[in-house]
Amino acid sequence: MSTSAWCRALVLLLAALPAAAQERRSGYDDAGPQVRAMQDDDMANPAFLWVQQGEVLWERRVGEAGKSCADCHGAVSEMRGVAARFPEFDAARGRVVTLEQRVNVCRTDFQGAPALAPESDALLGITALVGLQSRGMPVAVEVSGAAAEAVARGEAFFRLRQGQLNLSCAQCHDQLAGQSLAGSRIPQGHPNGYPIYRLEWQGMGSLHRRLRACLVGVRAEPLGRDDALLGDLELYLAARAAGLKVETPGVRP
Amino acid sequence: MRRRSFVVMAGAAAMLPLGARAKPEEVEALVRAITGGVPARPGRVKLDVPELVENGNTVGLTVSLGEDVPKDAVLTDIHVFADGNPRPGVVHFRFGKLAGVPKVATRVRLATSQTVTAVAVFADGSCWTDQVGVLVTWSACLD
Amino acid sequence: MAVKPLLSVPREVKAGVPFEVRILIQHPMETGFRRDAVGGVIARDIIHTFECSVDGEEVFAARLEPAIAAKPYLAFSARLERSGTMLLRWVDDHGVEAQERVDIRVV
Ligand code: HEC
Ligand code: HEC
Repeated sequence: MSTSAWCRALVLLLAALPAAAQERRSGYDDAGPQVRAMQDDDMANPAFLWVQQGEVLWERRVGEAGKSCADCHGAVSEMRGVAARFPEFDAARGRVVTLEQRVNVCRTDFQGAPALAPESDALLGITALVGLQSRGMPVAVEVSGAAAEAVARGEAFFRLRQGQLNLSCAQCHDQLAGQSLAGSRIPQGHPNGYPIYRLEWQGMGSLHRRLRACLVGVRAEPLGRDDALLGDLELYLAARAAGLKVETPGVRP
Repeated sequence: MRRRSFVVMAGAAAMLPLGARAKPEEVEALVRAITGGVPARPGRVKLDVPELVENGNTVGLTVSLGEDVPKDAVLTDIHVFADGNPRPGVVHFRFGKLAGVPKVATRVRLATSQTVTAVAVFADGSCWTDQVGVLVTWSACLD
Repeated sequence: MAVKPLLSVPREVKAGVPFEVRILIQHPMETGFRRDAVGGVIARDIIHTFECSVDGEEVFAARLEPAIAAKPYLAFSARLERSGTMLLRWVDDHGVEAQERVDIRVV
């Protein structure tokens, strides 16, 4: 299908549909049986190759402090519940901090080691491992107090029509969610499985990488990794996904 | 990066071939090379692969034996071919003395909609085949 | 970092009763059909050979082509009469050879 065919299909779909509120549904539910089966079985889910790497890193002493994550935090199971309430508005920093960024704070400030590179196997592995500890728990981020403004900024971005296709996230993920487009269902766009193993990537990636794909998709400028607005958007997505179960590490087509 | 868009790409865009795709004749020739010239008979072997695939990068595939296999028949090899991939060969399994249930599962790449063929070879030299036509749909929102 | 495969093999089995072996390996299975950003062909790098044996006796082997998906996954079955050491071994296009050993007790 060409881009123009895509656009026509989208516009037709948008015109035909009332903007009905939908019940929250994970991207897992919109994926096909094969993808779901891969996520259901840890031995079949390639993301667990990264989780294994995360386990090694958790125990490894690094940096000037010569300390491992385990030296300070104990067993990784102590991280249960943490990923379910990330990202989090950090009052001291005056911005939203994602789990990736939080891990890197420990790397640089507490371990005296270089930050783990974005999308590196190491960072994906450690965040997948920490996320896994919250698997099955409901997503529950803090949205009140100082976080409220960040959530509002994230939501405004979500509703903003942008890019050459002049589409908002909301148009696809609120209005069109559940519709089939070119053979695959449009999901509601929830962050509850990240980092994920994506068949399209033939590898593992963060939520940022996924969002980048959507923004590039509508031919808008992707958000930079350190852009505070990216944190706002990720916080809004988590707030929007409240109550859905953490699936990390998920599998998506 | 920026030029990439919702232009829908093949689910298995990653393996879009530099040259042409395999042809059904090539698969036929490869099967004939295994059977010694005679066509493989349909039956005895069962190929399980979804008929509708969301993303051709990773497609689950299982080969097992059917109920019509005589008790004393010993499976030695299974070959899998795909006539729409850049190269027709997918995998060749060999079953040794310590093999258990004659069944194997893996994940394959399918570049496009096509026919997948499994050929089972038994110790008595007989060859049996099963085929599945697979429809590969596209995945959107690529980067 | 050398990444261990995900491996599922029972440590104890019953004599003559088939059991399942599953393995998932961290490998790109680069097809050799792709081009990089500047149009150059990305060299093929796949695991082409996989073998499983117990004390030298063959269980299962596979000859893989580029059509096997990234992070190759194999599930097959074995049957033992005697305890032994299962050897799983694979080799890629760079000649990198990896192996795993599992002691299996027949009870
Ligand atoms: C043209 C429609 C469209 C627009 C606009 C769009 N997306 Fe998406 N988005 C998709 C599709 C389709 C998928 C699923 C892709 C797939 O499975 O291959 C997706 C996937 C996602 C996912 C992953 C969901 C999961 O279950 O893993 C998130 C999160 C997401 N989008 C967020 C956004 C955000 C935020 C925006 C706005 C910046 C946005 N999307 C804009 C179509 C769109
Ligand atoms: C020297 C001790 C130390 C080391 C080493 C360390 N951390 Fe931390 N970490 C802390 C402290 C202290 C906090 C709490 C900081 C706070 O409350 O603001 C923390 C907080 C965290 C949090 C947020 C927890 C929450 O409940 O919000 C995560 C996630 C985390 N660390 C992950 C890691 C990982 C992963 C590593 C290894 C790569 C690591 N840490 C290494 C001391 C350490």
